[in-house]
Amino acid sequence: MKRTLMGVAAAGLMAFGLSATAAEMKAIDKASTTSAVRSGFSYAISETREMQTDDIQNPSFLWVDIGEEQWGTVDGEAGKSCESCHGNAADTMANVGSTYPVWDPATKKPMNVELRINKCRAENMKAKPWKYESDELLGMTAYIKSVGRGKPIHVSLKDGDMEAWSKKGEQFYYQRRGLLDLSCAHCHEQNPGNLIRAETLSQGQTNGFPTYRLKWQKLGSLHRRFRGCNNNIRAEPYAYGSDEYLALETYLAQRGANLPVEGPSVRK
Amino acid sequence: MSAKPRVKVPKKAAKGDIIQIKTLISHKMETGTRKDKNGNVIPRNIINKFVCSFNGTEILSAELFPSVAANPYFAFSARATESGTFEFAWSDDDGKTVTATEKITVS
Repeated sequence: MKRTLMGVAAAGLMAFGLSATAAEMKAIDKASTTSAVRSGFSYAISETREMQTDDIQNPSFLWVDIGEEQWGTVDGEAGKSCESCHGNAADTMANVGSTYPVWDPATKKPMNVELRINKCRAENMKAKPWKYESDELLGMTAYIKSVGRGKPIHVSLKDGDMEAWSKKGEQFYYQRRGLLDLSCAHCHEQNPGNLIRAETLSQGQTNGFPTYRLKWQKLGSLHRRFRGCNNNIRAEPYAYGSDEYLALETYLAQRGANLPVEGPSVRK
Repeated sequence: MSAKPRVKVPKKAAKGDIIQIKTLISHKMETGTRKDKNGNVIPRNIINKFVCSFNGTEILSAELFPSVAANPYFAFSARATESGTFEFAWSDDDGKTVTATEKITVS
């Protein structure tokens, strides 16, 4: 039986002329459709998925290249690059994408990858922090996430007040807001897979960020997506890196636990 | 054009093989129909021509128009005849040309 199934799968692959990337696509698909937790990838049309799984077609990799270049670039008064301390990103950064945000005892807040990069720049490199949503910060975030692709998301709440911040994020998730009086849950918990106007709603998982949205025509951060969502329901968006969004990011990592890191992904 | 173009050509091929070439370049592809905050038209700036040559001979050229999205991606095939170098050139409305080269060994 098993052999027949594999034969059918192989024939299917050949018939459509698909390559290794298709196998990768199937793996992510399988991981997300066999469980209740589904990546946004599984809601996307096949053309968008193909774009994501081919590193040459995936336009996010233009930013990954920027990040990779910055990794080895000396900046700031300390005369250091990321590489001076962290060596090869593929080894040292592999578990970052799947475990962030983490607790930052200095600010007493959760810290996501973007904030971590800027903390490192300010404290260790004595360099100017990058602006949220700048090509450099997006690029470095994308690069760091890209070396940890496929790792299951596991954000620990053990340190500091992470538990309380996650609770705060949960409250945010279920709080109605904006002129449309909608909470995150109304779309992403009660209606994933259904249409909102012409758009298919997903579960709003965070494993694919930063993401190249075809609508944006560029790479964008998770907080940009949050702001867009808040705007759509006619609510006042919060600032990039704000406490509200950090709490939400921490909580959403719990909702998306065990999804593979896909970033940088491609979405509609 | 901030990032370098990404080009994928097989390193080796047998004579007569059909090879797949893929390119991706960073460009905002400003259409020329959008307006800025003050209502002034943002001037058109798109990549208007893409050329691929092999050992100095043009093998593919494409004209682009404003409806092409940002960061254009090209994929096409070529038949491997001899070892040599592929040259890629993207020219935009500002008169800037970005080039890339990739070698192939044909046996």
